[in-house]
Amino acid sequence: MSFIDTFLNGEQRLFKPNSLTPMQKLALRFVVVGVLYYGLSAIEGMIMRIYEIQPIPGWDSEHFFAIMTAHPFVGIFGSSYSIVFGAFLFLVPFLMKKPLWSIKLGNWSFILITFGTLTFWLTGFINHYAPLYTLYWPLPADFSQFNPLGGAIFILGIALVMVGTLFFVFNIFKTIAYTPEGWEKVPAKAMLASATGFSWKESIFRRKSKRRDNLVSLPVAAIARGSVDTFLNAIIITFTGVLILVYMVAALLGYDLRESAIDALLYKNWFWWGLDLIADGLVLIFVAGTWYLLAMLITGKDLYMARIARLALWVEMIVSWTVWSHHLLADQAQPVVLKIVSGEFVTAFELITQGLAFFITLITLWSARPLKMTNELKFLLGGLLGFGLAVPAGIIQADIGLNRILHNTQWIIGPHVHVAILIGLVMTLYSAIYFLLPILTNGAKLYSQKLANFHFWAHLIGGIGMGAFMGMAGLKGMLRRTIYYEGEFNLYMILAGICGALLILAFLAFLYNIIMTLGVNGLIGIFMPSKLKTKALLPEEE
Amino acid sequence: MVDSNLVLNGQTIAYTLYAIVIILLMAWFSYNITRPGKAGVLSNRLFAILVIFLAVLGVSLHIATSMTIPWVPIDLNRGDITPDKTFEITVADHQFHFPEEKMVARVGEIVLFDVKSEDLTYGFGIFRTDKSMVCQMQVVPGHRNDLMWRFEKPGLYTVRSTEYSGPKGHQMIVKDVLEITE
Repeated sequence: MSFIDTFLNGEQRLFKPNSLTPMQKLALRFVVVGVLYYGLSAIEGMIMRIYEIQPIPGWDSEHFFAIMTAHPFVGIFGSSYSIVFGAFLFLVPFLMKKPLWSIKLGNWSFILITFGTLTFWLTGFINHYAPLYTLYWPLPADFSQFNPLGGAIFILGIALVMVGTLFFVFNIFKTIAYTPEGWEKVPAKAMLASATGFSWKESIFRRKSKRRDNLVSLPVAAIARGSVDTFLNAIIITFTGVLILVYMVAALLGYDLRESAIDALLYKNWFWWGLDLIADGLVLIFVAGTWYLLAMLITGKDLYMARIARLALWVEMIVSWTVWSHHLLADQAQPVVLKIVSGEFVTAFELITQGLAFFITLITLWSARPLKMTNELKFLLGGLLGFGLAVPAGIIQADIGLNRILHNTQWIIGPHVHVAILIGLVMTLYSAIYFLLPILTNGAKLYSQKLANFHFWAHLIGGIGMGAFMGMAGLKGMLRRTIYYEGEFNLYMILAGICGALLILAFLAFLYNIIMTLGVNGLIGIFMPSKLKTKALLPEEE
Repeated sequence: MVDSNLVLNGQTIAYTLYAIVIILLMAWFSYNITRPGKAGVLSNRLFAILVIFLAVLGVSLHIATSMTIPWVPIDLNRGDITPDKTFEITVADHQFHFPEEKMVARVGEIVLFDVKSEDLTYGFGIFRTDKSMVCQMQVVPGHRNDLMWRFEKPGLYTVRSTEYSGPKGHQMIVKDVLEITE
């Protein structure tokens, strides 16, 4: 095949978008958009890396902070949410062997998240609304720095994403609980209790001989428990958005609402409680569930200590509701009891829950050795390493003593946040993508294994390296969310920039490989309506 | 009191060693997972030991730091400690307002920085001349923000905001505003 032919029609013309079911198209649309938003987020990150070495002429600091505001939102909502939601909307029915409750609602989730992300990104780009994801009150309503119209459109974009998210959560729980037409009645309440973990006493305290089987599989339970946190987070963010919107609309109408009417510390607690449902909740639960699923699929074996893993997922969900105070260790007015109990000791539980997930996955893999080093296995191992590095880094900073000298430094955002997301989360997602690629595309063949290998190594070294050099700068006093004009930390920033460039190259290699695998026509075809009128996940074999 | 740089150096060494060990462990695992050999699983007893180890590790870090990092008891008991020096500082419109042009204290004195914000959430960080951080806290409007510290080394120190307060916030730097004398 010629280069042009492969570019247009994919490797060996194996990918035929007309053969895809609506469910396959739904999942692929989410993944393609999620990958593109990852690219946008990576470019934003690289711009900021360059800016930290030398401010870019013609780009003022307002633009820099607007990028810094959009960057995590694009990365988390536009990319991670899209890929995760697409994969889970496919996997829950796949694992439960029944159709998704509503494909239409799934498509609405896709549309709302895609366009919601585009909306807040565009308004950030044009209007420079930049209170950052921290949104410390009353910063979002400080109209001496921000244009209220830009802020209102920004909030609208976030609101669209949140509505799409709520649709996803509703679809997942309905799929778990509903009875498809012609099926024997599904015990909805018992299914939901099993999925969310509120039937855990059954499996832990009952005698082995009297123990009942779990109604839903472990990966579905992980998806359900992560979805509980996703739901709570969406409610918090939506409420917060409405609150800010009220101030913005009032400002646009010429009324100045009293900023001090909302207590800043209470707001900070409220917001971090909600935000931690992502960082310390759904991400850890979804990732652990994905590790378990991938380990079982790769080995073809049952999960080691599956009962403990199921309990740990439930504990993680409860822990995620009570850890937020580690973000407020530097707030002197925060009650000491909250700092110690929630900020330090409950947070330390994450070392146990995530450590268990780490070891259970490794032991399950080990039980099936020798394994072939496939793309899904190597990226899974990379994802495990990412959290192996990032979780202890987080536990260190969630300490009253160490937080006094680490808070808001590059240590937080480097070895903890970026290593957790780029290596832990993203490599786990890549593992799932490589695994699902032939299933979702009805057997498309990867264009180049060499490019996949380069993707793996460049991403792994680039991500860990960038996090490490940011962390070194943080230990030397470099703050996050700021700009240095005198090259104070240039050695570390140049090295972090080189590693960031490696991450960009890794992404470009992956993108090129996927384009050549599916072809441009194939990628466009994913976004065309399916010709198959079926709720089945996969096309029926001829 | 131990200088915060010493604590940072200790943390750097501990985490670097841990990172090297976990990377080597994963490299060893990745190499051997593809090789033929005994494919065993951990016994229940070993697994239980692993769980206990993780629990002890997580909790003991905080107990160890509370017993070894000297500013922790000062911070937690600052309401009961009478400071040798108190500096009342206000922040408004992205500007620090200090009680004196240069705040002066002596090595070993307990100093209280009482910082009040009149508008936004800011940060209050004290930095050495080599840009490394001595300590910091958040400055939240409507609440008392008090940081108690004992300086161990003489010299000039810079104050800067350690929290994002909009694009204007990153310029909130006041060089050499604090002097610690012998």
